[in-house]
Amino acid sequence: MDAKKLKVVNKPVRKMDAMGLACGEPAFTDDMDFNGLLTGKILWSPHAHARIKKIDVSAALKVPGVKAVLTYKDLPRVPHTTAGQGYPEPSPYDTYTLDNKVRFVGDRVAAVAAETPEAAQEALSKIKVDYEILPAVFDTFEAMKDGAPVIHDEPDSKNIPDASRNIAAKFDFEVKNGEWFKEADFVFEHKWSIPYLQHCAIEPHTTIAYFDNFGRLVLRTSTQVPFHVRRIVAQALKLPVKNIRVVKPRIGGGFGSKQEVLLEDITAALALKTGRPVKIEYTRRETFVSSRTRHPSVVRMKAGVKKDGTITDAEMEITLNTGAYGSHALTVMMCSGSHTIPMYRIKNNIRFIGRSVYTNMPVSGAYRGYGATQGFFAWECLMDMMAEKIGMDPVEFRRMNYIKLGEGSPVFKAMGEGREGVEQVITSSGLFEAIEKGMAEIGWKEKSAKYAKPQTGPVRRGIGVACMMQGSGIPEVDMASATMKMNEDGSFNLLVGAADLGTGSDTILAQIAAEVLGIKADDIIVTSSDTDITPFDVGAYASSTTFISGGAVKKTAEKVRDMIFEVGAKILDVKKEDLRLEGGKVVSAAGASCSLGEVANTSLYYYNQHQITASASHFAHTSPPPFQANFAEVEVDTETGKVKILDYVSCVDCGTAINPQLARGQNDGAVLNGISHTLSEEMEFSSNGTPLNASFRRYKIFSAADTPPVRTFIIPTWEPNGPFGAKSVSEIGINGPLPAVANAVHNATGIWLFEAPFTPEKVLKAIKDGVRKA
Amino acid sequence: MKTNSIIEAKKGFFEIALKVNGERRELSVRNGEFLLDALRRHGWKGVKKGCDTGDCGSCTVILNGKPVLGCLVPAVAAHGGELTTIEGLGSVRSPHPLQEAFVEAGAVQCGFCIPGMILSSKHLLDNNPSPTEAEIRKALDGNLCRCTGYVQQVEAVKNAAKKMKRTSN
Repeated sequence: MDAKKLKVVNKPVRKMDAMGLACGEPAFTDDMDFNGLLTGKILWSPHAHARIKKIDVSAALKVPGVKAVLTYKDLPRVPHTTAGQGYPEPSPYDTYTLDNKVRFVGDRVAAVAAETPEAAQEALSKIKVDYEILPAVFDTFEAMKDGAPVIHDEPDSKNIPDASRNIAAKFDFEVKNGEWFKEADFVFEHKWSIPYLQHCAIEPHTTIAYFDNFGRLVLRTSTQVPFHVRRIVAQALKLPVKNIRVVKPRIGGGFGSKQEVLLEDITAALALKTGRPVKIEYTRRETFVSSRTRHPSVVRMKAGVKKDGTITDAEMEITLNTGAYGSHALTVMMCSGSHTIPMYRIKNNIRFIGRSVYTNMPVSGAYRGYGATQGFFAWECLMDMMAEKIGMDPVEFRRMNYIKLGEGSPVFKAMGEGREGVEQVITSSGLFEAIEKGMAEIGWKEKSAKYAKPQTGPVRRGIGVACMMQGSGIPEVDMASATMKMNEDGSFNLLVGAADLGTGSDTILAQIAAEVLGIKADDIIVTSSDTDITPFDVGAYASSTTFISGGAVKKTAEKVRDMIFEVGAKILDVKKEDLRLEGGKVVSAAGASCSLGEVANTSLYYYNQHQITASASHFAHTSPPPFQANFAEVEVDTETGKVKILDYVSCVDCGTAINPQLARGQNDGAVLNGISHTLSEEMEFSSNGTPLNASFRRYKIFSAADTPPVRTFIIPTWEPNGPFGAKSVSEIGINGPLPAVANAVHNATGIWLFEAPFTPEKVLKAIKDGVRKA
Repeated sequence: MKTNSIIEAKKGFFEIALKVNGERRELSVRNGEFLLDALRRHGWKGVKKGCDTGDCGSCTVILNGKPVLGCLVPAVAAHGGELTTIEGLGSVRSPHPLQEAFVEAGAVQCGFCIPGMILSSKHLLDNNPSPTEAEIRKALDGNLCRCTGYVQQVEAVKNAAKKMKRTSN
């Protein structure tokens, strides 16, 4: 099919919730008032590792206005994971709603609910806790050593591969076709690292728990995964699923941090205890310390190359710091290899060694990029090292080796998310065109020639490239469903479990349905993510919504179309097969037509009375990767170490962009998040694990004035397995800036940067070390 | 606005009088309460709480002609003042050109930072109808956004400026 023939898909349709949001309409979790709402607050551990010997809440309960104080003694002890993943979750069951042990500074100790925030705060200060302070460990390599403190020594946690060595997850994989590095002319081995990074969604995590008029528990919550929230809260609090309703209102960004049951269980527990509605809203400091972070990582990568540009062998060893709990510990680790290693053809041997390690540090979790950010930083820098050594242009070297249409990789089958993957070959790729476009936009040929000549003066310029891929959903794991029903005026309700967290998925799903039905997108009324109303969807993660939920919506609309044809054929007295939908009408081959309103009215009131409605589900056997070429031009002040990005071009092949304007916005935002990671972001801790910069003032994310020129170009392709040719777009862009900028800094100065972020101090040190070596 | 001095109506609560979005209002505010919390409590939910420490700009409102951060201004300081919140700019039925421009440009992703950003933009265009890109970026510098990369928001302000100039000419 040809994207040019599309009428609604591939058009910049207005994002349907945008005007309400721009007008400040009450839309977010906290924008609704509840009578008698109590404020919930959580007491956080001041210690990195301690056992609660005694906890006395009597003084806290006496504070006027306090309605409940909960400790581990008040709740069922159920090992579970907070990771909002498909059941059974591949993350270890190592978390308890409240426990008698704390494992990082910022871990839950107790919770209170009170009439006012002040009373809740005062109650927290009156809880007396007697801690037995335990030795703590903050470094992954220390944590794996003999005699290191054991963070999960409790007997009832499940699916921890080696609790005695603090191993939260491990995975090894090897393809061996001969002696390692035997054919290589050159072998490189280095380590790249990424620190603790925060998602920084501008809306803090918020949950309101209340009871409906049937006494059922309703959770209005800022989540990416409403159905997983329902299941995990039911599990943790031992409630029947049928007694819980989860409602996702508009969400103020998530980026992975809301793919996590962070507040819902404890807020629900407080509501159950008090019988009153309860709200817990994280402060900004709490979102830094006690939500989730990107897994800090050390990636050791070793690869061999022949003089002719053949990559002979590649070995990637990744060690992730999962912090105190193993949320997404296995899957982020596996994706760091499975999304990256297949990028280039490796002739002989491939090895992946992965460990996720517990430490007494904040908990890591899902974060846009999901391991690929860590993996590509190493892989793409290593690609430039190899290209330089064999004297090949880095773009040509990539072009020679990147995975092409029709090609597969043993990694696809060997490494899935927490289990074996699925075999697949590339069924669409616009990487060649993306590279062409990027080279033209950044001026690759002229600039690389120019910067190859010796530069004088303290300020040096350079240019760098990095290519990437990601996935589109988790094959044979992710599932989505949709329901549609037709109204009298020919409009439709579309009910989807998919969770729009600001991404625009409600709009693009409406576009897909409208395309099938030959109507405008605004004839579709979308209701998303209410576990009582909408059908199941795993939620918004793994770059799955367009591909998986979009697939479900397309199937649903096709079923509805068929039902419309049944009625239309009767009205027009023609054969069903001769009908098509166009401009809000059923049109016959001979040109006779009736409106969709007429069809709806006929079905509802006159002929064989029925509601035209359908549901469908979708899962996929493959996860077609989007591809991306990133180019950065930088300026490095060799006297101060400051790196300035002069231009950043990001060309992305996401198949058909269902909504090019929204797709561009997704990529612009992902790239800037990646640039912010590259140049500025890092959570800092004291030697006892206390966070030092848990605020926007001291943890710097880029603002409008800091932002360098970021230019996104959508490279259209057609993915045969996607709805109207679409693949994913949301995550891939975040992975580019670290390697693209590192390669550009190398081009400018000759130094390699191995540790993010590239602060002036680190750059200056690398320059001085380089001079010393020379 | 002419007003009397603030009175403590009942223990811990003060009555302040001010103009909100052109209408005279008397609001009961709690002792020590900041403007952000007072406004949200009284139903102006378009004023967002992103950090409560004066760093993110989501609670930007215009007080006496200047953009201020609701989380840093004591509610009593608004007594006698004139306040504009996002609700005062336009509505879904009748949006302000800036609201229209933000939507048209695709600048609204999650939308949480947008009310503050639109109010900062309004203050800019009120004082500088033809801003340069650098001036726009400077005006938006206090409004953090994690979704968009600011590209489409800067475009939106440029487009709104053009449109508003056309209408005023």
